[in-house]
Amino acid sequence: MKQSSLLDIISPVMVGPSSSHTAGAVRLGLLARNIYNEKPSKVTFKLYNSYALTGKGHGTDKGVLAGLLGLSVDDTRIKDIFNLDISKQFEYEFEYLEDFNRHPNAVDFIIEGKHSMKISGDSIGAGEVVIRKINDFTVKCTGKYNTLLLVYKDVPNMISRVTNSIHVNIASLHCDRYAKGEDASMCVCLDGDIDKKVIDFLGLIEDVYMIRYIKKLES
Amino acid sequence: MEKLINTFAELSSCCTRTGKTIWQAAQEREADQNDMTIEDFRNIVKKNLTAMKEAIQNGLNSNEMSMSGLCGNDCSKLIERYKNERSLLGKTFERITTYALATSEENIRMGKIVACPTAGSCGIVPAVIIGVSDELNLDEEALINALITAGEVGRIVSNKVALAGAVAGCQAECGVASAMSAAALTQMRGGTIDEILNAMALAIKNLLGLTCDPVCGLVEVPCVKRNPFLAIHAVTASELALSGITSKIPPDEVIDALEQTGKLMSPTLKESSQAGLAKTRTAIDLEKRLLK
Ligand code: SF4
Repeated sequence: MKQSSLLDIISPVMVGPSSSHTAGAVRLGLLARNIYNEKPSKVTFKLYNSYALTGKGHGTDKGVLAGLLGLSVDDTRIKDIFNLDISKQFEYEFEYLEDFNRHPNAVDFIIEGKHSMKISGDSIGAGEVVIRKINDFTVKCTGKYNTLLLVYKDVPNMISRVTNSIHVNIASLHCDRYAKGEDASMCVCLDGDIDKKVIDFLGLIEDVYMIRYIKKLES
Repeated sequence: MEKLINTFAELSSCCTRTGKTIWQAAQEREADQNDMTIEDFRNIVKKNLTAMKEAIQNGLNSNEMSMSGLCGNDCSKLIERYKNERSLLGKTFERITTYALATSEENIRMGKIVACPTAGSCGIVPAVIIGVSDELNLDEEALINALITAGEVGRIVSNKVALAGAVAGCQAECGVASAMSAAALTQMRGGTIDEILNAMALAIKNLLGLTCDPVCGLVEVPCVKRNPFLAIHAVTASELALSGITSKIPPDEVIDALEQTGKLMSPTLKESSQAGLAKTRTAIDLEKRLLK
């Protein structure tokens, strides 16, 4: 059995009212912010199922926006986010959808800017979240670990080249690809922190299209 | 040091063998597992305790309604009543009920709270731990010990049952919060390890089957008012356990029952708002008004 921590039971400190619908929404926003890693010009938030239905009453819309703006789950400004100047940085809109193939608490961030990106995630309960897709790649990013995310061409030795450059313990490794020799993605969860130099170095590897280092969420 | 403690039987035998309290054993394990000193660990717990106190204060001073307008002004009614008429059960009862309601209302108006174990059940543990501290004359360190005890009990339950209404009903949210509080309170009053675990078991046993049927799918009705009820429930469990009354079904088996009951509970009664209070005539009317 995985060793659990009692701190998970007596936290997080968060603004209410719902760990999955409010805190989870903020955390998904924070992860999307770090994955996109640029200034958006426009964002469409697609909220699904329970996120669409009870999202307003739970502040899910405020939460995903606040997270994308970098506010943490215990920031009391979340409540008034729509009226604050910080929320005027980019255009945004919300869509409320029903799709039973999606998780009850699912969101898509459709981000436009210098690059366009679609980031999809679920709030899976008790404030825990997972980013499951970036554009069409399956990933698994929970914000619990420092995570290295790569999109690259599926060629031999890619995994060893990456893991050889990382000198901290790897907690988990998840790879996916379209098809042999096509685009592929790698999601490396780390127990420690890696240097920016390592990330820059990995970014130079031929056939790596995108690299992101997503820091563990503080709360 | 004990590495893996997954059941109450293991916890009990670890404490008995080493002569440590639950919080001592837990803080050592946590510090080790998270690569920090015991002091660092206690500081995190202290930060959460401070946030709990702030939530109570903010809640006691606010009347603001939630976004839906369903809840938010009940704590002030209780405070007003206690000003004019003391509670039959005394000051501690008054503190616990108002603190629980204050925290819960702070939650639904998007104020800052501590999910313990969840946001919907956030008022129970703080109300009990902080509400009795005046009466028992306890300092901050003692409250930190109590919160660690509560967390450790919740953690062991969560090894078997996900603490989420959607998975196992409200018995796993407010029910577990009440059991955590019962354990913490019993520890604060000098209970033995057996008494602490019996308080936990007695509290859970009497909440088995508690459904999660929130009106309009919002963490408001019945959640907010359930918090003061189950905070007091914890006190009853603790009183019984401290007198030497035991749960005939041992703690781990009570958790097995919790797990099984959660599995057998209809999905319509697990946070989906498809039955129970959520499908009463009034709730359906409210749904039409609020969610459209
Ligand atoms: S009724 Fe459901 S939503 Fe409300 S506190 Fe209980 S488990 Fe949470």
